[in-house]
Amino acid sequence: MKNKKENSTLLQIKDLKIEGFSDERWHKIIKGVNLELKRGEVLGLIGESGAGKSTLGLAAMGYTQPGCRITGGQINFDGVDLTKRTDSEKRKYWGNRMTYVAQSAAASFNPAHRLINQTTESTIRAGLKKQNEAFDEARALYDALNLPNPETIGERYPHQVSGGQLQRIMTAMAMSPNPDLIVFDEPTTALDVTTQVEVLAAMRDIVKTYGTAAIYITHDLSVVAQMADRIKVLRYGEEVEEAMTRKMLKSPKEDYTKSLWSVRSIQKPEKKSKDIILEVKNVDAFYGSFHVLKNINIKLPLGRTVALVGESGSGKSTVARVITGLLEPKIGSVKFKNRELPPSLKGRTKDQLQKIQMIYQMADVAMNPKQTVYDIISRPASFFAGLTGANLRKRVIELLEQIDLDESFIDRYPSELSGGQKQRICIARALAANPEVVICDEVTSALDQIVQEGILKLLGRLQKDLNLSYIFITHDIATVKAISDEVVVMNEGQVVEQGLKSEIFSPPHPEYTELLLSSVPEMDPDWLTDLLKARNY
Amino acid sequence: MHPVVKTVLERLGLGLATLFFVSIIIFSAIEMLPGDFGQAILGQAALPETVAAFRQELGLDKPAYIRYFDWALGAIQGDLGTSFSGRNASGADRSAEVVDKIAPRLWNTLFLASMAALIAVPLSLILGILTALYRNSFFDRSVNTATLTTISFPEFFVAYILILFFASLNQIFPSLANVDPDTNFGERIYRTALPAFTLTLVIVAHMMRMTRAAIINLLASPYIQMAKLSGASQTEIILKHALPNAWAPIATVIAFNLAYLVVGVVVVEVVFVYPGVGQLMVDAVRTRDIPVVQGCALIFAVTYILLNLIADIIGIVTNPRLLHPK
Repeated sequence: MKNKKENSTLLQIKDLKIEGFSDERWHKIIKGVNLELKRGEVLGLIGESGAGKSTLGLAAMGYTQPGCRITGGQINFDGVDLTKRTDSEKRKYWGNRMTYVAQSAAASFNPAHRLINQTTESTIRAGLKKQNEAFDEARALYDALNLPNPETIGERYPHQVSGGQLQRIMTAMAMSPNPDLIVFDEPTTALDVTTQVEVLAAMRDIVKTYGTAAIYITHDLSVVAQMADRIKVLRYGEEVEEAMTRKMLKSPKEDYTKSLWSVRSIQKPEKKSKDIILEVKNVDAFYGSFHVLKNINIKLPLGRTVALVGESGSGKSTVARVITGLLEPKIGSVKFKNRELPPSLKGRTKDQLQKIQMIYQMADVAMNPKQTVYDIISRPASFFAGLTGANLRKRVIELLEQIDLDESFIDRYPSELSGGQKQRICIARALAANPEVVICDEVTSALDQIVQEGILKLLGRLQKDLNLSYIFITHDIATVKAISDEVVVMNEGQVVEQGLKSEIFSPPHPEYTELLLSSVPEMDPDWLTDLLKARNY
Repeated sequence: MHPVVKTVLERLGLGLATLFFVSIIIFSAIEMLPGDFGQAILGQAALPETVAAFRQELGLDKPAYIRYFDWALGAIQGDLGTSFSGRNASGADRSAEVVDKIAPRLWNTLFLASMAALIAVPLSLILGILTALYRNSFFDRSVNTATLTTISFPEFFVAYILILFFASLNQIFPSLANVDPDTNFGERIYRTALPAFTLTLVIVAHMMRMTRAAIINLLASPYIQMAKLSGASQTEIILKHALPNAWAPIATVIAFNLAYLVVGVVVVEVVFVYPGVGQLMVDAVRTRDIPVVQGCALIFAVTYILLNLIADIIGIVTNPRLLHPK
C-alpha cells in the first residue's frame, strides 16, 4: 500500500484552459476551470454534451486528446505540475498512479488480447507486481466486482463477455495497479438499467474499500448522486457551481443547474381510448434461426402513445421492424384499422406505407448528409402526396413551422444543424407523408436532457394537433413517464405486460417489471444503498 | 468441428469451384483465339486433307466440350497434355509433355518470386510499421516518396537502371540472369539478384503503404487511447495494440503481390533473359501451342487462389472473434 494520508490534496487544477482544433481554427473547450480533489474523495462532474467534462477528466490525468492543446493553467498531481511534463514522463503515472475507465468498454478493450492480460498489463509494465501475483490480484478483483467465474473469466476475449461484465472488468483493470486516482468517464451510460445497478454498486464498493480518489463524469444526475461526495456542474467549458452532493441536490443555486434537475419531472396525464388503430397479433419472428419475438400482442389506441419499454436485446426495435414490414413475421400478423397488412414491405401499397412512418435514434445517420433539409423533407411529400413546384415548397415550409423551425433552415445540410434540430427534421420528414401512426425508436436517447424535453414536448403537441398515434420505443423510464398513455414491458422477446401507465407503474408488478423499475436511479443519494439493502446484496 | 476449420474448408471448396470456372474460361478463351494451329504449322499451301489429318492427330477435330473434359481430367491427375510445338509438316514428332516443359520454368519462377518476397515482405512490414510510428515525419515522407517513385516507373525502366548501376558502372551483379538446372544454389542467388531487386522495388510500395494505413487506421480506436492512458509507449501501442488487429488487410495485399510475383513478371524475365514461366507462356501464345498456354494459365489461377486462400486463413486466425467464438 502506498502512503495515503487522508484529507491531503491529491489533485489540484488551477485556471486550466484547453483548446481544440476543428473547422480550421482553435476553439476554447475549457475556459479556466479550477478543481480540487482530496485523497479518497469522489468528485462528480456533470454537464451536457459539449460541456467539456470528458476533456477535463482526461486533463486531470495530464492527457489531452489528439487535436487538443493546453493553453494555460496548472494540473498539480501530488505536487507535480503535469502540464510541464513530457509524455514519456507522464507515462510513469498513467496506468500506475492514475487510471481511466472509458464509456464504451466494448470499444475500449483490445479485441486481440485476453482480458486478464489487459487487466494486468499496466501493473506489470510499471513493475508493481510480478505476473502471477498480478493475475491472482486481478482474479480477486473480478470476484470483488461480482463477476461470474472470477477464476476463469480473464481467459476470455472481450467479445466473449457481456457489456456489463466488460465494464466491471475495466474497473478491475483500473484498480489493478492500486492507483491514487481513477477517472470514470460515463462508465454506465452504455449499459441497461438493471446492469447499471450492479456495476455502480461494484464500482462504489471498490473505490471505498481501497480509498481511491475518483472523478466521476456523467450526464445523469441520479447516477452521480449515488457515486459522488461532491458535484461540480459544467457548461460550455466553465464551472456553473460546485457543492457537496446532498446540498446540491436539495438546493441548487444556479438556474442552469435547476433546469437540469427539472427535466425529469415532465409528466403527461394518461388518456384512455377504445378505438384501436394498430394491432400486432400473435407475432413470432426470427433472425435466421434465432427466435427474436415470441407471441407478441400489442394494441395501439387511436391518438395515443404506447411506450415499448425493455432493455437492449428485448426485441423492442424488432417489433418496429415487423410493423413497418422490414421483417416478415413467421407467425401472426399486423392489423391496421382492423385490416391485415401484407407481412412484407414489398407487398404493401403506397397508401399503406404512407400511414406508418418511423423516426430513428441516430438522426445523424438517418439523413443523407449530401441532401439539404428541403430535399430530405420534400421527398416523402412529393412521393406520397404528389406535390410539386410551389405547392411542394409551401408544404415543406409548413412542415418546418410545425416543428418550430423557420424557412431559413430550408437550404441547410444536416451537418449545419444541432442534434436537436436534426431530430426535428427527421420528425418533419415523417410528418411529410401524412402518417397516422409514427414509430419513434429511441428518438431522444442520443440527446441532452434539455433538448430531450423540447423534442418530447413537440411530439406531444403534434399528437394533439394531428391526432397521431405513437409507438414509442425507449429504455428510459423517465421518458416513458413523460410521453406515454399505455406501456408495454418487454423482456427476452416477450411481452411481460401491457396496460395503462398508471397500472404498470403501481404495484403489484410482475417480477421483471419490478426489477426494471427498481433499477432506475433516483435523485436520492441513498437510493443505491437502500436498493442494495432491499435486494440483500 | 472448430468453426475455423469449417471456414477454411468452406474457403477451400469455394477455391475449387473458382478453379473449375476459371478452367472453363481459360479453355473457352483459347478456343476463341483466331487462327488454327494446323493451318499455321502447315502453311497456306497445305491441302485441306492434310490439315484435317493433322488436326485429327492432335485431337482438334473433337467437339470442344469433349476436349475440355479430356484436358480437365488429365490436369487433375497432373497431366497437362502434350505440347504442340516440336511437330512440323514433315510429320516428325519431337514434342514434349507440357508438364516437362513447364516444370523447370516454374521452378525458376518460384525461385525468383521467393527471393523477391523474402526481401520485399519483411522490408515492407518494417517500413510500414516505422512510417506508422513516425507518421508525418521527414522519414515517413521520404519513404513514401521513394516507394511511390519506384512503383511509378515501368518495370523495365527500373530493371535497366539497376543494370546500369550494378552491372554496368559497378560490376557487382551479372546483367543476365541465365540459370539452368545445373546452376548451384549460391550461383543462382547471385545471378537472380538484380531481377529480385527490381521486383522488390516494384511491389514494396503497395505492401508498405497498406501496412502503414492499416495501423494508422486503428490508432483512432478507443482501445488505443486506453492503451496510451495505461502508460504504453508509442512502440508498444503500434506493435502490441494496433498490429495484431491489422493483419487481415495486410495479408490480403501481401497475397496479391506474391501472386503478381508469380504471374506478372514477364517483362522482368525478358529484360534479364531469365527462363521463367512468363516467357514460356508468351512464346507459347505466339506459336499457338495451346496445351502449354492452358497449362500456364491454370497454374497462374491456382497460384492466385491458393495465395488468397492463405490470406483469408490469416485473416481468420488473427481475428479472435472467429478464432474464439462465444
